[in-house]
Amino acid sequence: MAAGVAAWLPFARAAAIGWMPVANCPMPLAPADKNKRQDELIVLNVSGRRFQTWRTTLERYPDTLLGSTEKEFFFNEDTKEYFFDRDPEVFRCVLNFYRTGKLHYPRYECISAYDDELAFYGILPEIIGDCCYEEYKDRKRENAERLMDDNDSENNQESMPSLSFRQTMWRAFENPHTSTLALVFYYVTGFFIAVSVITNVVETVPCGTVPGSKELPCGERYSVAFFCLDTACVMIFTVEYLLRLFAAPSRYRFIRSVMSIIDVVAIMPYYIGLVMTNNEDVSGAFVTLRVFRVFRIFKFSRHSQGLRILGYTLKSCASELGFLLFSLTMAIIIFATVMFYAEKGSSASKFTSIPASFWYTIVTMTTLGYGDMVPKTIAGKIFGSICSLSGVLVIALPVPVIVSNFSRIYHQNQRADKRRAQKKARLARIRVAKTGSSNAYLHSKRNGLLNEALELMGTPEEEHMGKTTSLIESQHHHLLHCLEKTTNHEFIDEQMFEQNCMESSMQNYPSTRSPSLSSHPGLTTTCCSRRSKKTTHLPNSNLPATRLRSMQELSTIHIQGSEQPSLTTSRSSLNLKADDGLRPNCKTSQITTAIISIPTPPALTPEGEGRPPPASPGSNTNVPAVASNVVKVSAL
Amino acid sequence: MRGQGRKESLSDSRDLDGSYDQLTGHPPGPTKKALKQRFLKLLPCCGPQALPSVSENSVEDEFELSTVCHRPEGLEQLQEQTKFTRKELQVLYRGFKNECPSGIVNEENFKQIYSQFFPQGDSSTYATFLFNAFDTNHDGSVSFEDFVAGLSVILRGTTDDRLNWAFNLYDLNKDGCITKEEMLDIMKSIYDMMGKYTYPALREEAPREHVESFFQKMDRNKDGVVTIEEFIESCQKDENIMRSMQLFDNVI
Repeated sequence: MAAGVAAWLPFARAAAIGWMPVANCPMPLAPADKNKRQDELIVLNVSGRRFQTWRTTLERYPDTLLGSTEKEFFFNEDTKEYFFDRDPEVFRCVLNFYRTGKLHYPRYECISAYDDELAFYGILPEIIGDCCYEEYKDRKRENAERLMDDNDSENNQESMPSLSFRQTMWRAFENPHTSTLALVFYYVTGFFIAVSVITNVVETVPCGTVPGSKELPCGERYSVAFFCLDTACVMIFTVEYLLRLFAAPSRYRFIRSVMSIIDVVAIMPYYIGLVMTNNEDVSGAFVTLRVFRVFRIFKFSRHSQGLRILGYTLKSCASELGFLLFSLTMAIIIFATVMFYAEKGSSASKFTSIPASFWYTIVTMTTLGYGDMVPKTIAGKIFGSICSLSGVLVIALPVPVIVSNFSRIYHQNQRADKRRAQKKARLARIRVAKTGSSNAYLHSKRNGLLNEALELMGTPEEEHMGKTTSLIESQHHHLLHCLEKTTNHEFIDEQMFEQNCMESSMQNYPSTRSPSLSSHPGLTTTCCSRRSKKTTHLPNSNLPATRLRSMQELSTIHIQGSEQPSLTTSRSSLNLKADDGLRPNCKTSQITTAIISIPTPPALTPEGEGRPPPASPGSNTNVPAVASNVVKVSAL
Repeated sequence: MRGQGRKESLSDSRDLDGSYDQLTGHPPGPTKKALKQRFLKLLPCCGPQALPSVSENSVEDEFELSTVCHRPEGLEQLQEQTKFTRKELQVLYRGFKNECPSGIVNEENFKQIYSQFFPQGDSSTYATFLFNAFDTNHDGSVSFEDFVAGLSVILRGTTDDRLNWAFNLYDLNKDGCITKEEMLDIMKSIYDMMGKYTYPALREEAPREHVESFFQKMDRNKDGVVTIEEFIESCQKDENIMRSMQLFDNVI
C-alpha cells in the first residue's frame, strides 16, 4: 500500500460496512489505538533549515531512520526538535518521499553524495520513481566505471611482484610504455610497417625506361633491391608474430584474434611466393596474392588508437551499416529495373540489361555521376532524376547514427585517457594528504619528545615547540603513540624507509624475515625494487622492539652511535635539521626506528643526521644483537 | 538503433496491411475529415496546426476535469452537516486533497485508490458500487462533501443509519428492494477482492451459495426480494451483525 493513500485507510475501513450484513461469522476485534494522540507536528532541523511535517507522515515508512525510533537519537532536548547535521538539499528529496511516496533524484546532485544520504536515512535507492530512475542509473554506472578504472590500474600496479618472463614480454607488447625496450620495439615495428607499405606502393611506379625495352615499373627494374627490402620486413614481422605467439597468455585466443590474423595475412604471400616462384600456372594467382601485402597497413592499428576506435565503431554499428546496405540494394534494384525498361526503346542505349543498369544507379545514387551511362529518353531522364534525389536521402539517413556512435566511443576514450592522465596528479594529491597527516604526527612526536627531554633535562627556558595542535589532532597523535608503544616500533616516513632500504642493500647483509612480520608478502622481497614505485600501500608491520631509555629520547632526533654492545641507532623522522641547541651527550639510546634491523658492526657510526645507517638489531636488550630481523616498516 | 521497442514496431506489419496506424494507434478509417487533413499535410503552407487531435473525446474529457477544481464548503458548514469534529475534518480533508488535488474524485480515481488496499484481488467492481453509494447526486463525481457525508453516516451514525446505508449500497438500482441478482453481483465483487490465492480455494458456486443463505436469513416473506424493513429487522435480530456494526465507532 502506497504511503500516499495511507490517509484513505479510514475510508477503506468504513467501506467495509458493505460486508458486515452478509458475513456469517463474527468479525475480528479491531486493533486498539493505544496512543491515540492527536497528530502532531514535528520539527526536523537539518543543518539549520527547519522542516516540519506531521508525525504520521514520517511513520508511514517504519523501516527508515525517520520513521522508526532511531530518530530519537537525534532529538535535541533544549530546542525540542530533531537535529541532523546533513545536507538540507538532499533532505528535501527525502522528506518529499515520505509525503508523496515517490523518491526523486535531482540532476544537479552528485551521485555518491546522494547515495550516502540515502544510506544514512535508511532508504533503498531502488525505490526511486520511474521519472528519475534512468538518470540515476546512468550516473551510477558512470561512477562505477570510474571506480573500476581506478581499481584496474591499481591492480595492474600491484600485480608487479612476480611476473614471469613471458608475462613481462606480453605486457611489453600490449603496453609499450612499460619499459624502454618495449618502446623501441614499438617504434621499430612501426617503422618497418611504414617501409613495407611504401615499398609496395613505389614498386609499381614506372621508373624510366631501360634502353631497348618498354617502360618498367620500379619493382621490376630494381627487383633485387625490392626483394631484399621485402625480405627484411617480412623477417621482422615474422619474428614479431612468433614473439607475440610465445608471450600470449592464451595462445588459442591469440591466434583467433583479429590482429593476429592480419599479421598472418600480411606475411603469408611472401612465403607462398617463395614456395611457388617457378610454377607458371599459378603465377597469376601469385600475383593476386601480392595484393594481400597491403593488409600490412592494418598493422598500424596497434599503433594508432584512432584506427582502433574507428574499427570498433564500425563493429558496433553493424546493424546500421547492414540497414544502409540493404536499403541501398533495394533502391538500386528498383531503379535499375525502371531505367532499363525506360531506356529500352532508345537505340544504342547503354542500358543493355538490368545488371548493366546497376552501375548507372549506383553512380547516380551516390551522386558521383561519371557520365559514362546517361539516359536519353524523356522517361529515362525523369526517373534518373528521381533516382539521384532519393539516393541522397537513403545515404543521409544511417550516416548520422554511425557518426554519433563514433563520437560517443571516441569521447569515452577521451574520458578514459583524461582520467589516466589525471590519475597521477590525483594519486599525488592523495599521497600528499596522507603524508601530511603522518608528517604532522611525526613532527609532533619529535616535538613532544623534545619537550619531554627538555623537561627532564631541566631546561625550562625552551618553549614548547611546534604549532598548537587541535584537540583532535593531539588525541590522534596520542593514539598513534600508543600503537607504537604496543608494538615497540615507530613510524617513520617513506623517504627514510627507502634510504634505509638502499643502504641495507648496499650493506649486503643476509637478512632473514622475522616471523612476527605482518607485512605484505610481496613487499619483503621487493623492497628496493619498488623504490621507483611510489605507491601508498605499504602496510604496517611490526617493528623490532623499541625501548626508550629515559632521558636519552633525544636520540630520536640525533643519530647516536654508542659504544655499548647493544648498539642501537635511531633516526629522526623528519626535518633533520640539526637542532643545535640540543646536543647533550647522548648515551645509549635504544630507539630503533625501524626499518631494517641488520646486525651492524659496532664500528658503524652514523655520519650525521642526514644519513642514518640501518638500524640496530634485536628485539630487546636481552637478545644479543646477532639476531637479525628484516622488517619493513610502513610510512603512513 | 538498438531499442527493443523499435523492434516490436518493425515486426508489426499491421501498418502495412492497413489495419492499424502506427502513429496514432487507431484503425485508419478514412473519414472525410481525416482525408482532408492528410492532403493538407502534404502542402507546404499548412503546418502542424492542421493535424487532428488523436482522439478528441478523451482529450476533451481530461481537459475538462483538470481545469475543474472543486472547493468544499467551509469548515463550519461541514461541521454542522456531519458529526465530525473540526480536527477530524481537517485530517480527512488533508488525506482527500493529497490523493485528489483537484478536489473531486471520479470513478477511475476512486477505483485506483481503493485497489491499493487490496493488492491481491480485483476490487474494481466493489469500488464501483461504493462510488455509486457515495455519489448521492449521481453526477459521476464524489466531492469532499459527499465523501464526508458518507463517512459521517458510517462512522458516526446510529446502527439504524448504518444499516440504511448498507442497504443503499446493496440496492444497485435504488428501487427500494434487493433482488437476488443484485445481491449476487455484490457478493461476487466481494469475493473478487479475495483474489485467486485463498484457503480453501474459491469455488465457482461460493458466491451463489452465500446469496442463498443471505436470502434465507433476510427474506421474511419469501418473495424473492429483500425490502428495507425486512433487512433492518433481520439485521437487528442477528447478534453478529449488531456487534460488527460497532467496529466502526473507533475508526477515526
